[in-house]
Formats: sequence, C-alpha cells, structure tokens
Amino acid sequence: MSRVKANIEVLPRSVQVLLAFGLVALVIFPFSATDFYIQSVTRMMILAIFAMSLDLLQGVTGLVSLGHAAFFGLAGYALAYLMPQNVAASLWLTLPLAVLAAALAALVIGFFVVRTHGIYFIMVTMAFAQMVFYLFFDNKALGSSDGLYINFKPSVVLWGWPMMDLDNKTTFYYFVLGALVLVYAFLRRLLWSPFGRALGGIRINEQRMRALGYTTFGYKLSAFTLAGALAGLAGFLWAAQTGYINPELMGFHMSAHAVMMVILGGMGNFAGAIVGAFSFEYVLEVFKDLPTLGSIDLGKHWQLWIGLFIVLVVIVAPRGLLGLTQSWRGRRKAGDE
Amino acid sequence: MNEVLLCAQHLTKRFGGLAAVSDVSIDLWCDHIHAVIGPNGAGKSTLTNLLSGELALTCGQISLCGRDVTGRSPEQISRQGLGRSYQKTNIFLPFTVSDNITVAALSREPQQPWNPLRWLRAASRCRAANQRCARALELSGLQDRRNQQAAALSHGEQRQLEIAMTLATEPKVLLLDEPLAGMGAAEAQRMVELLAQLKTDHAMLLVEHDMDAVFALADHLTVMVNGEVIASDTPANIRVNQAVQSAYLGEETT
Repeated sequence: MSRVKANIEVLPRSVQVLLAFGLVALVIFPFSATDFYIQSVTRMMILAIFAMSLDLLQGVTGLVSLGHAAFFGLAGYALAYLMPQNVAASLWLTLPLAVLAAALAALVIGFFVVRTHGIYFIMVTMAFAQMVFYLFFDNKALGSSDGLYINFKPSVVLWGWPMMDLDNKTTFYYFVLGALVLVYAFLRRLLWSPFGRALGGIRINEQRMRALGYTTFGYKLSAFTLAGALAGLAGFLWAAQTGYINPELMGFHMSAHAVMMVILGGMGNFAGAIVGAFSFEYVLEVFKDLPTLGSIDLGKHWQLWIGLFIVLVVIVAPRGLLGLTQSWRGRRKAGDE
Repeated sequence: MNEVLLCAQHLTKRFGGLAAVSDVSIDLWCDHIHAVIGPNGAGKSTLTNLLSGELALTCGQISLCGRDVTGRSPEQISRQGLGRSYQKTNIFLPFTVSDNITVAALSREPQQPWNPLRWLRAASRCRAANQRCARALELSGLQDRRNQQAAALSHGEQRQLEIAMTLATEPKVLLLDEPLAGMGAAEAQRMVELLAQLKTDHAMLLVEHDMDAVFALADHLTVMVNGEVIASDTPANIRVNQAVQSAYLGEETT
C-alpha cells in the first residue's frame, strides 16, 4: 500500500496498542500511588477531555479557537452557583445543567464566530473569551477576580442508594477515567459518522463542501456547540475536583494551554489530544521541579523551558508526538524497499 | 425540444471596472451538451462560477429546474440539482477515493448536523449514499482505486474522481470546467466516452479547450471573447463563422 501521507483520522496499530496499554496503566495506577499523584493524574485526565473537545474544532474541523477555555470556565461557575453553601447538590442535576450552560454559551458565541475564517476566527474567539473573562473578573456578584468556592463534591445518589462518594480521591479518579473513556469512544465514533466526515471535508476544503450542497455553517456551529459542551464537562470535573473556580480558568492562558496540548500530541484523531495532555502536563511538572544550579533557580523559570520545548517539538515533530510514530514507520518502510 | 433545465439570462459580472462576463444568456437542455469555448480570459470559468453560485452576480437571472435561484448560495443551488467540477482539481486529497465520493454522496442525505443520532451512526451504514457512491465509482471507472488515497492518484484519475464526486450528488445539470485539462490521450478518450454516456440524462455545460473533444461531443456551441458571447450556434455553423475565426486565428490584414 502506498500512502502518500497517512490520513490523520486513522490510528496505526502501534498507537492503538499504546492507548490500550495506557488505559490499563490508568486503571491500575491508583493501587500503587498516593493521593497526591492520584490527584495529579485526575487533573491530567480532565485536561485530556478538555484537549479532545478542542481537537474536535482544531484538528477535525480546522477551526483553531483561542477562546475555548471560556466554556471550560463557564461550566465550573455553573457548578459553583448550583452548589448550595451547606449541602451537596446532586450530580444528576449539576452535571447536565453545567454542560448545558457551556453548550448554550457556545451556541450563542458560535453563531457569530463560525462565519469567520482562518486568522479572523482565532481573533474573534479570543475576543469573545476575553469578554466572558472580564464579565466574571470585574463583577462582584460573579465572584470577581477571587473566584468562588465550591464547598461540596456533587452527590451521586440513585433511588436513595449512594452510588459513589466523589469525596474519595480514588472514586473521583475512576469517575473521571470513565468520563475520559466515554468521551473518547463517543468522539471516535462521531469521526466516522456522516457528521464527522462532513467536518473533515470542511477542514480540507470548505468551498468544495458548499458546492456539494453542504450547509457548512450549520455543521460548524454544531461542532462548536458540541465542543463547548465537552469543554464544559471538563470544566465541571475540574471545579468539582479543586472545589474552587476563578476567572483564570477561562482566560487566554488556559485556552492557549489547550491549543498547545493538541498540537503537542497531534491533531485530528483525539488520541493525539490525550497523549498531548498527559505529556504536556508531565513535562510542565518536570520543568517546575528543576533544581537550583548555583545562583539560578531553573525551576522558577519553567515558562522559558516550556517555550523552548514547544519550539523543539515543532521542529522535530511537526505533526505532534503521534505523527512521530508515523514518520518512523514511514522511514522504516522506505528503508525496507 | 427537450426540457430546459437551466436558463440563465443577461448574466453580468463586473470586478471593479472590468466586465469579466457581460450580458451572457445561456440555456441548458436535458440530453444536450452545450460547450463554451473561447480564448484564455474570455470569462468561461467566471460564467461557471456565476451559474454555480460561487460568485455573486452583478446582474442577471438564473433559473434551475424551473425555480429561480438568482442570488442563492452554492449549497442551495447544488441541492436544487446542479453539480460542477473545477478547472483546477478540487478534491479532498487526504481522503481515500471512496471517502471522497462518500462525502459527496452523503450531501444528499438529510442535512441535520444538530441531530445527535447522525453523530453516532457510521457513515458506511447509509445505504442510499452507498448506492450513489457505488454507481459513481462504476461510472468513473475508479473501482480498483477505491481504497487509494486521493493524493496518490495520477492527474487523470484525480480528474475522474472529481467527476465521480459530482455524479455522486445525482445532479440534473452538470457544469464541467475543462474536464480534459492535462489529460493524456488515452485518459481523454475515456473521459469523452464517459461524457457522451452521461449526456443521456443530464443537461451539460462543457467548458473545454480540446477542440476535437468539443466538436465530437457538443450539440450546441457558445463562443466567448472578452466576457461577451460572439456566437452561439450549432457546431457546423460555428466552424464557418467569420467572427469566431477572426477571434481564434486573428484578423486578416490586406
């Protein structure tokens, strides 16, 4: 088979095996780790969901959003408002409402932004996200710059039976892992549906899609709304885990963080977003823990190292970490011939 | 006389001071190939883009299958029954051949991007789309290449794929912008046969530079120069038309 450049949606066997191993590792991880590490990995999994939601726009539909964190943060705020001061609200109420809030915001913002293309789309999504950011940042009633506390984890009660206790760090970990697997399975399936194929077509050549009879506006708006809803799911989990939400979580840095995770892992197949989220967070921790050399505290300047790291990745792996496995395979094949 | 499927009247397109197409009227009949010829820059591709809705008209009127589609968007015009191919191959290069055609075939399914049920069903399970896809594959003769990536096809095969995608939308009116451009002799011959075969149930506008193909296929010829129609007649009459000869061969100076 002579493939010029492998289709980004198709996962090579090596990546599938890697994902299976990763899943097994995630399932057994809590048995051998302390609460601290369980919490860090939980956070990575939440960010992986966030990165996948962005990948639906960035890698699949070709819409690079620099305002995706707005929906992440909004769902967190929704949880904060829905959670009373003195008693835990139900997950069955808070989760759907928080996701719905993010989806609605994405629908409204998407209605305006998906009309634009390329660099303008980037700018306009950023502008809308900044508006949302300052709406919360400057408003006392919305928590202003201090943010809001969430005193309880949502309770999960099914017909009077307490199903699970999200206060338990290990239980919460598995809850998030379940969400991660479900979102991944859902998005992979969506990729091969008529909707997913159409989004791929729009990424490659929107004009041709219109000439074929596709109302691309509706497709892009639906993708934007769905991506916003899934970002909301991630934001909800984040707020539930930390018990705290502040405007930083919907700010520009958070949006850029997601873009970098997706680019690092490889775009357009959701597996890359997961790999990117985990490796980016891991590298971040490594840089923050760098020792002090002489009079220079290397760890303090982690942002500098991250910048250099990104430059290096772009040079060595322009198609992301998953792209690396493919170019290695390609090179090996070329060597065989 | 056959049914008129596309009727365009007094189409004009100005880019600033330049009239790329001025006052062009054209009718496309079912079971008829209407060829448009003319030197480079005559406005043939602009005309195609006006008919498909990809360029906005400065003035003029277009009706398609009995409905006024003036000022409609390309997707609306496409869904009204118009399919087009492009002068520059315009396919989804990273997709496989069958994916390309499937995306085209799926465009005739209900357009419900907001419907979650359509997010979860596999595209390969849409029976009607599969049938359209299989038919287009067969007509274009690309069956053997169906799992090949479009980028890996030869130029001629990419042109065939372009036509196959157009056919998968089951259009009544076909606008083909230089389908033979850059093809080898054998490939061109195949394409001419395909077009002759397609003629029976389509109204076709053929923009083409290959005069052998044009005179072999066309039932009616329109000659454009500098955005204007200088002649519109049967191929036999066009052959002996003075204005056409001077446009193509230059004025005789005595």
